[in-house]
Amino acid sequence: MPANRFNAHTQLGIGIGLRIPHYNHILKNKPQVDWFEIISENYMCDAGRPLAVLDQILEQYEVIQHGVSLYFGSTDRFDREQLKRLKTLVKRTKTPFLSDHLCWGSADGTYTHDLLPVPYTFAAVRNTARRVREVQDFLEIPIIVENVSSYAEFHASEMTEWQFLTEVVEAADCGILLDVNNIYVSSKNHNFDPYEYLNNIPHHRVGQMHIAGHSKYEKYILDTHDHPVLDPVWKMYAHAIRKCGPTSTLLEWDAHIPSFEEVHREALKARKFLDAVQKTPDDRTLAAATAATA
Amino acid sequence: MTTTLSTQPRQTLPQLRRLQRLAGAVIMRPLARGWNMQRRWIDGRPTQQVAAQFIKPNDRLTSFERIEIYNKQYWFRLIDCLIEDFPGLQAVLGRPRFNVLARAYLDQCPSRSFSLRNLASRLVPFLQKNPRLIAPRRELALDMAKFEWAQIVAFDGPALPALTVDDLLGKPPAKLRLALQPYITVLKLNYPLDTYALKLRQHAVRNDASNAIEERRANSKSASKKRRPPLPRPKTVHVVVHRHNNSLYYKRIDPQAHKLLTALRDGLPLQRALRVALGPRGNPSIAGQWFETWSSLGWFCKPSH
Repeated sequence: MPANRFNAHTQLGIGIGLRIPHYNHILKNKPQVDWFEIISENYMCDAGRPLAVLDQILEQYEVIQHGVSLYFGSTDRFDREQLKRLKTLVKRTKTPFLSDHLCWGSADGTYTHDLLPVPYTFAAVRNTARRVREVQDFLEIPIIVENVSSYAEFHASEMTEWQFLTEVVEAADCGILLDVNNIYVSSKNHNFDPYEYLNNIPHHRVGQMHIAGHSKYEKYILDTHDHPVLDPVWKMYAHAIRKCGPTSTLLEWDAHIPSFEEVHREALKARKFLDAVQKTPDDRTLAAATAATA
Repeated sequence: MTTTLSTQPRQTLPQLRRLQRLAGAVIMRPLARGWNMQRRWIDGRPTQQVAAQFIKPNDRLTSFERIEIYNKQYWFRLIDCLIEDFPGLQAVLGRPRFNVLARAYLDQCPSRSFSLRNLASRLVPFLQKNPRLIAPRRELALDMAKFEWAQIVAFDGPALPALTVDDLLGKPPAKLRLALQPYITVLKLNYPLDTYALKLRQHAVRNDASNAIEERRANSKSASKKRRPPLPRPKTVHVVVHRHNNSLYYKRIDPQAHKLLTALRDGLPLQRALRVALGPRGNPSIAGQWFETWSSLGWFCKPSH
């Protein structure tokens, strides 16, 4: 696994998201899982069952924090109470690094609770990078930013999404959480080549990857996280790890959540790709892994 | 820095801020009937014209249709969140009226917190100011909103170190003040919502179980509505919503116990609180039994002031 400074030199393997319907199964059966990703906001509370469960999980497993509300692309000032709560949780989980999204979601202190695409402008690069650095300095752990899926594009944009991602992470000197499914979804919604995206980002900054399922509608694709990973996304994933090296990977499944075993089985499909790259990183081996997964 | 693709003048930070304000206003604008984006903007212009100012169309969707995806997602997500937190209020009002209430609430009280947990933090005062939204069952609906918000507080609200007997020894009752844990809510309800909530939960569990093993029949929705427990009849009850060992509980208490806890919560010293609750001739031994139970549940902590 490529351990780098953006993921605090960790080699985590394949993880899955910690979700409430699986709590009892995990606590009772203690399944062998490389690591769990938690949604930070679900545990930024004062007390009660969420933290009690988290503490039990932490006794057994490595936990990585993933957030949905820092909104690095917003022009608002950060809510200091939010940052303090986040830091308290970071100390509790001892997450070696933390991820959140390359998006905006609040304006003038009002929250949309959505991951909205940023206009890809240099002003947005400077604003976003400054906010990433601010959080990184406050939390004192590396930050990796995740590319989001999107359904709209701004006239104001001055560059492509992958150029914007590159500009931000270089200006902020942070890492990338590469969501392969999000690239696929956006490529279909905005008519670009997802492989051009994958080929033109700073691969050495990728600290983690996400894979997930999506839903196709008549005129667009929605990032719904309620299906197994689809074949085109597995193919892109194979390409991504060929470019970035065998990277810690997480399967996201957030709606219509099936049994723990089913989610875990789907996540472990990624193992073939990681193993293939680690042993013989050539195209034929990866092609065989893709065929086996499909 | 890599090269720009565009030759147009570069955006400034104030322009970015204005763009986010406008996009946010479009995304958070209430949906029209039929759950679609409103065709007219607040100044009377076609919304398509406003959307086209900042959103590109593509070969399948207009600017309006692309931003409409976010507009719908915003409302569906937040209303779903309220439904999840207030199943009892939804049962009292029915889904269509609950939707009207949710839309009005979110329009007037949009989220000011990073956490969806706090989405309904202003719901009770909002309903008190807007009783038409819960007519004709105003009292029942308001009680239910208070009761369900109390459960959110009890679920993950802060806990302070509980007082022990040693903390109380030697303290004169005339000066001793006890605070209730911040996660505890003491309620006087006009309806027995504690028992009603349990019936609703059992009903939901039964529905989930049957849905999991068999296909929904075409008429199952109406059948499900018929099976829902009838709304409770008026009856005053006193309830404490609290948690113990990280599980949520409702505890029925006597009217006098309610007075006592309310007086302590309001900051009265123990001796005065007892007098308020029991009257001048009240039997203090009964309060002793209450305190034994409440202390064992960890309900008391030191006042913060």
